[in-house]
Amino acid sequence: MTQNIISARFGEKNAHTLDGYQKLGGYGTLKKLFGMKPDDVIEEVKRSGLRGRGGAGFPTGMKWSFIPKNTDKPKYLCVNADEGEPGTFKDRLILELDPHAIIEGIIICCYAVGIKTAYIYIRGEYDAPFARLDAAVKEAYKAGLLGKNIHGSGTDVDVVIHRGAGAYICGDETGLIESLEGKKGQPRPKPPFPAVIGVFDCPTVVNNVETISALPWIMSNGGTAYAAIGTEKSKGTMLFSISGMVERPGVYEGAFGVNLWKFIEDSTGGVKDGKKLKAVIPGGSSSAILTADEARNVNLDYESIAATGAMVGSGAIMVFDEDTDMVKALEVVLRFYAHESCGQCPPCREGTYWLYEIVNRILKGKGRPEDIDLMLSICPDMLGRTICVLADSAAIPAASYIKKFRPEFEAYINKGNPPERMLHPGGINLEARAL
Amino acid sequence: MAHVSQTLAKSGKPFAYSPENEQKFKELLPKYPTTRAVILPALWLAQEQDGYLTVEAMEYVAKRLEQPAVAVFAVVEFYTMFKTEPTGKHHIQLCRTLSCWMRGYEDMQKLIERKIGIGPGEKSADGVFSFELVECLGSCGTAPMMRMDNRYWENLTVDKLSRILDACKQGRDPASEDTQ
Ligand SMILES: Cc1cc2nc3c(=O)[nH]c(=O)nc-3n(C[C@H](O)[C@H](O)[C@H](O)COP(=O)(O)O)c2cc1C
Ligand code: SF4
Ligand code: FES
Repeated sequence: MTQNIISARFGEKNAHTLDGYQKLGGYGTLKKLFGMKPDDVIEEVKRSGLRGRGGAGFPTGMKWSFIPKNTDKPKYLCVNADEGEPGTFKDRLILELDPHAIIEGIIICCYAVGIKTAYIYIRGEYDAPFARLDAAVKEAYKAGLLGKNIHGSGTDVDVVIHRGAGAYICGDETGLIESLEGKKGQPRPKPPFPAVIGVFDCPTVVNNVETISALPWIMSNGGTAYAAIGTEKSKGTMLFSISGMVERPGVYEGAFGVNLWKFIEDSTGGVKDGKKLKAVIPGGSSSAILTADEARNVNLDYESIAATGAMVGSGAIMVFDEDTDMVKALEVVLRFYAHESCGQCPPCREGTYWLYEIVNRILKGKGRPEDIDLMLSICPDMLGRTICVLADSAAIPAASYIKKFRPEFEAYINKGNPPERMLHPGGINLEARAL
Repeated sequence: MAHVSQTLAKSGKPFAYSPENEQKFKELLPKYPTTRAVILPALWLAQEQDGYLTVEAMEYVAKRLEQPAVAVFAVVEFYTMFKTEPTGKHHIQLCRTLSCWMRGYEDMQKLIERKIGIGPGEKSADGVFSFELVECLGSCGTAPMMRMDNRYWENLTVDKLSRILDACKQGRDPASEDTQ
């Protein structure tokens, strides 16, 4: 089922401007908001069941309630617009097409939690999204929607846009905080959690762009209305970025609880060029992979996807057709994590490096028979032992690709070269490509 | 690690913000409770001014923010978008991650290598192009894609990329070739 909450204004002309946004009812929740007690706003968000859309799926209202109430320190909001999880491209759309919804969401969060300054951490490569967001923030200041005493409410909210500079790890909430403080983006051990000691040693909320953008709808329609959409544990809708070998890749909004493959097929028209489906990644490259059968028989919601060992994550769905070489695919994934490991934790630094090295030699036809089990034995040692979950994000897909598509790995090792029929979708035999 | 250590040598050119950037720099300071937090935005200003960061520029940023120079060097080394050498006039960042791979980024790489004669990490002798392979740029729905001239070029095909590169070579605005 398609349902437009986050994407409601995506097709509207000039919705990215203040005028366009306001004509569509934008900033309409502020009057109601400022008439409410901040704690009641948190309750409303709790009632909605909204969960974080950045990857971890943590309940948003609960996260806000962890912020200490009686503190002399300033509190901060960090809006995570680093969007780096491979396969994810939905925050970019919100930033470009509906930036004022982010600002309205920021005002809601700041009012509820008692925050006066919000930093939007946007990835450095997002030039066009930055320009739209920057223009929207300037417009909002000019209209008195940001700054001191917003619309005479006594509420002050400042927004600062902070550009990243090319490091996936800064998408992790504590990596982001370190980066915002002007350091290398190396994640911090938790506890202490950002809610207690976050950026500049102060209590901090970190929320994803999409999470923040859902707030205006929740405030105007009520948490109960939001919670009525979706399933028991997966409330509301989510933006799904669907890419790979489908007819019409793109961002599609959907309510939770529908069949995964049906949702993909209905949205995108199914596998490109009438090919057969081979596999689906439901939630970003950090997720375990699903076989075609699994994808056809699972529902798209947090609990059903989790039951398969995969995750909803950031809603990044990637579709593999019958021609996709799974050994090469895993090499691409592992190269990413080996490249992006910040190097602090030995199981991550060494584990991602070795998994990549081994899959790379298998791919080059130099794999040894014991290599497959060697990889499988490295993976468990990377789980739950590191400062952030990047190590897990490499080990989980690695183990799942190997377990579900083992014969392909064996074929490389036994034949000493890629099987003849294995072409990558571009049509070039992998053998011919120098790595 | 995010990127390979580069040996840093002084360029011999002194650095100072242009009057325009000086103004922007002054506006940055009150936005953060610490001066250290201004390192990234201050480096961005410096890099936008010169196209890359000289040792002098990094030392200048450190001095202006009253930070030790090593704090600034460490940041520059960590983040892949900070460049310590001049890039080509058109700096190509071609995405090599999962969806772009499935949709054939390798064909685009081959085209670049054939047409311009440079591989990843290289710069053309005439200084027109430099080329790097990067990880997912958040544009997987329009793969294969690249970033060049501070914008995205999406749904690339051999023909389209070929026309874009030709326009750059001939000193024309490649934007007119951004059609299917
Ligand atoms: C390695 C790594 C990368 C991450 N990248 C992002 C990202 O690009 N964007 C994002 O919103 N969250 C990302 N996250 C999740 C954040 O740590 C955090 O959970 C999220 O921003 C919280 O917001 P939410 O509760 O609204 O989802 C990443 C986490 C890890 C471990
Ligand atoms: S798990 Fe990896 S990326 Fe995360 S902090 Fe440790 S070394 Fe860095
Ligand atoms: S995989 Fe290339 S933009 Fe995401």
